[in-house]
Amino acid sequence: MTATDTVARAAATAGLPQPYAELGLTAEEYARIADTLGRRPTGAELALYSVMWSEHCSYKSSKVHLRQFAAKAPPSGALLAGIGHNAGVVDIGQGYAVTFKIESHNHPSYVEPHQGAATGVGGIVRDILAMGARPVAVMDALRFGPASAPDTARVLPGVVSGISFYGNCLGLPNIGGELDFDPSYAGNPLVNALCVGVMRHGDLQVASASGPGNKVILFGSATGPDGVGGASVLASATFGDGAAGAASASGAGDAAKRPSVQVGDPFLEKLLVECCLELFAGGLVTGIQDLGAAGVACATTELAAAGTGGMLVRLDAVPLRDATLGPPEILMSESQERMMAVVEPGHVDEFLAVCAKWDVRAAVIGEVTDTGRLVMTWHGETVVDIPPASAADGPVYDRPLARPASQDALAAGDPAALPRPAGGAGLRADLLALLGSPGLADKSWVTGQYDRYVRGDTVLAMPEDGGLLRVDEATGLGIALATDGNGRYCRLDPYLGTQLALSEAYRNVAATGARPLAVTNCLNFGSPEDPAVMWQFAEAVRGLADGCAVLGVPVTGGNVSFYNQTGTAAIHPTPVIGVLGVHDDVRRRVGIGFPAAVDGTHESPAGILLLGRTEPEFGGSAWAHVRHGHLGGRPPAPGLEAERRLAALLAEAAADGLLAAAHDLSDGGLAVALAESCLRGGVGCTVALPGDPFTWLFSESAGRAVVAVRPGAEAAFGRLAAAHGVPRAAIGAVGGDSLTVTGCFTIPLAELAAVHARTLPALFG
Amino acid sequence: MRLAGAEPVALWHGDRDLRGVDAVILPGGFSYGDYLRCGAIARFAPVMGELVPAARSGLPVLGICNGFQILCEAHLLPGALTRNAGLKFITRDLRLRVENAQTAWTRAYSSGEQIVVPLKSGEGAYAADPGTLADLEASGQVVIRYDGDNPNGSAAAIAGVCNAAGNVVGLMPHPEHAVDPLTGPSADGLGFFLSVAARVPEGDRA
Repeated sequence: MTATDTVARAAATAGLPQPYAELGLTAEEYARIADTLGRRPTGAELALYSVMWSEHCSYKSSKVHLRQFAAKAPPSGALLAGIGHNAGVVDIGQGYAVTFKIESHNHPSYVEPHQGAATGVGGIVRDILAMGARPVAVMDALRFGPASAPDTARVLPGVVSGISFYGNCLGLPNIGGELDFDPSYAGNPLVNALCVGVMRHGDLQVASASGPGNKVILFGSATGPDGVGGASVLASATFGDGAAGAASASGAGDAAKRPSVQVGDPFLEKLLVECCLELFAGGLVTGIQDLGAAGVACATTELAAAGTGGMLVRLDAVPLRDATLGPPEILMSESQERMMAVVEPGHVDEFLAVCAKWDVRAAVIGEVTDTGRLVMTWHGETVVDIPPASAADGPVYDRPLARPASQDALAAGDPAALPRPAGGAGLRADLLALLGSPGLADKSWVTGQYDRYVRGDTVLAMPEDGGLLRVDEATGLGIALATDGNGRYCRLDPYLGTQLALSEAYRNVAATGARPLAVTNCLNFGSPEDPAVMWQFAEAVRGLADGCAVLGVPVTGGNVSFYNQTGTAAIHPTPVIGVLGVHDDVRRRVGIGFPAAVDGTHESPAGILLLGRTEPEFGGSAWAHVRHGHLGGRPPAPGLEAERRLAALLAEAAADGLLAAAHDLSDGGLAVALAESCLRGGVGCTVALPGDPFTWLFSESAGRAVVAVRPGAEAAFGRLAAAHGVPRAAIGAVGGDSLTVTGCFTIPLAELAAVHARTLPALFG
Repeated sequence: MRLAGAEPVALWHGDRDLRGVDAVILPGGFSYGDYLRCGAIARFAPVMGELVPAARSGLPVLGICNGFQILCEAHLLPGALTRNAGLKFITRDLRLRVENAQTAWTRAYSSGEQIVVPLKSGEGAYAADPGTLADLEASGQVVIRYDGDNPNGSAAAIAGVCNAAGNVVGLMPHPEHAVDPLTGPSADGLGFFLSVAARVPEGDRA
């Protein structure tokens, strides 16, 4: 564009064709913009609306459903800030508050795995920072296509190295997450990053521009052409049928989207974190917003819309990495490691001095006004003049939804008809097959590339059920976190599947001895324009809202990722649910590893109990998936009341010091849980099953955990379990160097370990 | 250092000032991002202008991970750290052997003692020319060695070395992550900090 497209020029050239469709806007949306402004938008305004009204930023297809999270929220005294903020804030007691959130970076991670995943970490960390908290840990929930597929070998190592590169350099421990494989994620890997931060009550920051005359400061990285249109053309559109990335790197198609992926500088992010915390502590910040999707466009409109209502921005004052950028590119750029603050004029010098101390570039680019208009100039000419709420609020769609006919056929495919293993040898072979399958194998190839220790407060990390961090060294106060999702269960029934994901994360947090407090979510789905996908989404949201109401844990925030599909084939609906819990004393934490020796003695081996009720439930199970490639029937029935009782029992038993180990049962059932607890503890066990061995070993009934009770605490634990109404079965004891199921099979620990450990290194080197 | 009974004092990279401390620890991290070679820029930090002569005059200095890399770049320690064999970042709890229990930072151990301490690094493979390696072995400057598993391809399984005087020690594993079994695999790493705290005159300690 040679001449600047000013507001005056726009008013004078009404019929000028504009590339709204290329920017992802519909004809109706374009007309609505013109109607709001009373003229055609300028190029800069069109850019701003296109990213703000993208699905990724506006939640235009999901909003009508997400309202249930607030409407059905259980009463909770723990919530200090809820949905609508950058992240929810939860009171954990002793004057501390915690904020946490999980977000997708799926499409960038497919196009450019290393930088896509790296900047996913960076983005969620800034969300947490913007709340006023010090980020203290990250987690990642990852899902890929078949483990043996060539494209998985391209995407997975890059994603892992990106998370490792960014998180390790930033100095945040990675304390857990997920790794799974399924053909439905081929071409649409899911890279969901979680961050958690800690602050004192009263440190909470607001994302609003109030006080006319206050200055608007952009600080952090200079703005470059990276990530222009990331929110719109990349995150809010379906990939074509052609393979992206390496397979077509030299061609057109999705590889052409690579410039939409941002490039990360984790050391600058570290400086930005320390700089912001010093600015907050100095009381120098009136309002703050991180720059993520939609960059300057989003930060200015959201700050203005949430504040006094007006802002004047000089776009030519934005520090640039590329001097050829014009207003539309500056507005849409998703250059990383940037924040925007609203600062009282009297604090500006001090603010800039703190930035200088941390080698963080900062520039005053505008000020708050009382005009009710967001006005932007470019070398003296007005290029944007809009009511900010019109961009920040965006359209709302109640899209058509329809339960697809294929659901009935799926439900009819009952796994009860599948051939079952014959005798002890068959059960043994099935356990080893599950344990060596990519989704259940030892994840050390991945997690060994992440720093779990940095900051020195990590009490539990993967492969434990949940991550556990110490918050206060003197009192032992801590927080536990887990994320879970199960695309297979959700494909069979998105309502129940989402409740099962919630239940599992809730149970994982409880297994460490923590009390679950709050929920975040990352909802990964196909195209919202497909009524079948929209039905899946609506069911999942309803299931989560209803589930949270029963469990008494509110949803504090989350993220929606649509358009996870290639052509017409959508991914399995995959809500990933994160649960945060509070641990009153992390010194009483409980791990999954069976105790080789309790309190240094070998006198009395710890007894093993199975808690909860086991039913023959195999729909969507790991056994059906791994042994038969089968997906059908009904998922296990979530028992939310039973889940709540189990969690209360686990937390109380941990606080009383009754447990030597606790491990939740999920994929692969009791068989896989026992093997994992043996391997983690480096000790065997012998169990006798009270019923049909196949059902007891491989059923995935919800609401169950296996525990090793401290010798001498059996009676006390029994009374506690009875008081909480949790069914329990004494199935055996810890000891020896093999996993033995009496009457069925014995597997030496060395064999278990070898089968468990070899899979991922064999696949990924 | 606090757990070892000493008073920690933060030093700023941009200040030419050691603030009168009795010993210095260069911690792990990614100094200036380490986008060039690890520690290559940090060796030019203003504070290093004070640290290098002080170390040559006997000030106890411990470099952990990135700190070790910086000490090598600053030529306070021989050799260099290169990309791990396998080219991946490694976080792993490892068994180490204390080869030299005479240095300022290892006196609390006994020679040959085995300890378990986490390693977490991407460029931790110790490298030096054969002559330097022979000199290090002969003079007892190999302080810490990987015991059994050599995780990153370090020459002679070297995890840490010291200067000839024994006051400057660098190692890739992180003893500060092994000071409490609650947050690490052991409390075996505390000995590094106890060693130097015991050297500091009683009257100087907080």
